[in-house]
Amino acid sequence: MGVSVQPLIDFVTSPITIAYVVLIFIVFFSLQISAAVLVLAERKVAAFAQQRLGPYRVGWWGVLQPLADILKLLFKEELRPKAADFWLFYLAPVISATTAFAAFVVIPFGPPTDLFGLLPEPINLQGMDVNVAVLIVFAITSMGVYGIVLAGWASNSKYSLLGGLRSSAQMLSYELSYGLALASAIVLGNSLSLREIVDGQSATMLGGLIPSGWFLWPSFFGFVIYMIAGVAETNRAPFDFPEAEQELVAGYHTEYSSMSFALFFLAEYINMVTVSALATNLFLGGWHWPFPLAWGWPFGVVNWLLKVAFLLFFYIWMRWTLPRYRYDQLMSFGWKWLLPAAVVNVILVAAGVVYFS
Amino acid sequence: MISLDAILFYLFGAVTVASSLAVVTQRNPMHSVLFLIGSFLALAGLYINLDSPFTAVTQIIVYAGAIMVLFLFVVMLLNAPREDVASPYGPAYVTLTTGPRRAFALLSVVLVAELVLAMRQFVSASQPSGPDAAAHVSSVRQIGIAIFTDYSLAFEATSVLILVAMVGAVVLAKKRL
Amino acid sequence: MEPTLTHYLALSAVLFSIGTAGVFLRRNLITVLLSIEIMLNAVNLTFVAAGRHFGTVDGQVIVFFVMTVAAAEAAVGLALIIALFRHKESLSPDVFTSLKW
Repeated sequence: MGVSVQPLIDFVTSPITIAYVVLIFIVFFSLQISAAVLVLAERKVAAFAQQRLGPYRVGWWGVLQPLADILKLLFKEELRPKAADFWLFYLAPVISATTAFAAFVVIPFGPPTDLFGLLPEPINLQGMDVNVAVLIVFAITSMGVYGIVLAGWASNSKYSLLGGLRSSAQMLSYELSYGLALASAIVLGNSLSLREIVDGQSATMLGGLIPSGWFLWPSFFGFVIYMIAGVAETNRAPFDFPEAEQELVAGYHTEYSSMSFALFFLAEYINMVTVSALATNLFLGGWHWPFPLAWGWPFGVVNWLLKVAFLLFFYIWMRWTLPRYRYDQLMSFGWKWLLPAAVVNVILVAAGVVYFS
Repeated sequence: MISLDAILFYLFGAVTVASSLAVVTQRNPMHSVLFLIGSFLALAGLYINLDSPFTAVTQIIVYAGAIMVLFLFVVMLLNAPREDVASPYGPAYVTLTTGPRRAFALLSVVLVAELVLAMRQFVSASQPSGPDAAAHVSSVRQIGIAIFTDYSLAFEATSVLILVAMVGAVVLAKKRL
Repeated sequence: MEPTLTHYLALSAVLFSIGTAGVFLRRNLITVLLSIEIMLNAVNLTFVAAGRHFGTVDGQVIVFFVMTVAAAEAAVGLALIIALFRHKESLSPDVFTSLKW
């Protein structure tokens, strides 16, 4: 077959492809750095909420504390219970971490840009622009349940099994409300593509002072339900019974140590970032406010980061303020209150969209 | 040069077939479930190759993400034992000596013969699927319109079916009514 | 070689046969249910491939309904298995023979 390989080489070495590859690396490393930053932020916010100082010895204001934590985790001994199923035991943290990172491939974090003229045409600040982006994130997060289920089972210990089963049952129950809250934003945005949903929220009033286009306003309860379901999905804050220290030792990751535990830890923080990032894109307008985009594309990215940081602070704040739900209270709340509320919210939002257009 | 479509088809197809074979031959039901999940993920890749991203994503959300977790829960709840090798019906699973196995052997011959005949007939009548035919088909909007207009009766019936299945599952699995 | 409809149909036929083999040959109720799921997926693949071949969206719509029905059937099937297990403490279909002639 006399097909030349030149077009392939041109594609691989074109500046657009290289830009996307670099972008993917940047997103990957930023996620890891954000997990490290979150470790420090959590301890600092917890400390200030409890009127103490938190980590302040390692580096000025405790900035090097995440580095110290990572070094400690790397040098710990890697233990495995003898009765644990070898493949499943090591597959579980891999699944957790992989799905946590993979969900970020379709989340956009800035307006299309040509990098100050370096590139011949603008690229999306997004790993991949597909028109079913919201569903892809939902699918990948629902695969994350397996990490927990398998961790609970493979550890072959009663705390892990109970923690794993309860945790995955909780995640599955809150996934329904999560999906319905997503649906209300999809109905408002009239598309499943995250980029189009964000661009539909760019309307402002009073010359850019009031963000009137945000889907937060028409679907306020959708946002509230989304955040509650997101917090329950990531097993955090008032919904962390399955991994609470006082109840179940450490739940599904009791038997893990060193790198496997680090992977679970990482997965939990990155899931938090994913929920916050999706909330900014779906309800808080993404990269459109406060700094106007006319000032340049980096301001769009800064807008986005500010909103995500605010939501993450809210996450951490909730953890150290609210008491924990008991497991049956948690499940009853998810099925009997949150799910009907999410359904009613979707119906009302859809009716509103039809009525006002 | 072999096209990307063909590479993906053979790759995902091989993974699907290998995982399905593993499901059927593994002795530990937990491993069977995990291989089936792998098979579903490869099938989702095949659906994407067929310009159906919505079906691919729905496959992952519904099948791999929900139904298989249900299977996993039941396997863990019942602590499903590994299948006993020393069962009264012989050492391995593929001995063709007793009732069900004879029936299977006969039916499989019939099935394969039927499939070969059906495909021979179809090959002569088929044309290669054009890429432009599928260009505007795969949008979610089209699927939504079809579900809620042409297939709305099926949609409503399916929702009642799910409700009945939910109630039935709860009732059947309860210890005491 | 471009994968035409026939390739997809052949793959679907192979998957269906594997599922049927599982239903007949395995002596564990859960694995039998898993093989039924394989068969359903093979049929889904046929529908999607044929739908794309004929340029219509009906294939995907039918797959949507097949998935829903499969979910309902898996739920009820597993509930039945749990009830049976509570009765006889075994997951082998050879044990449940009270209705046999």
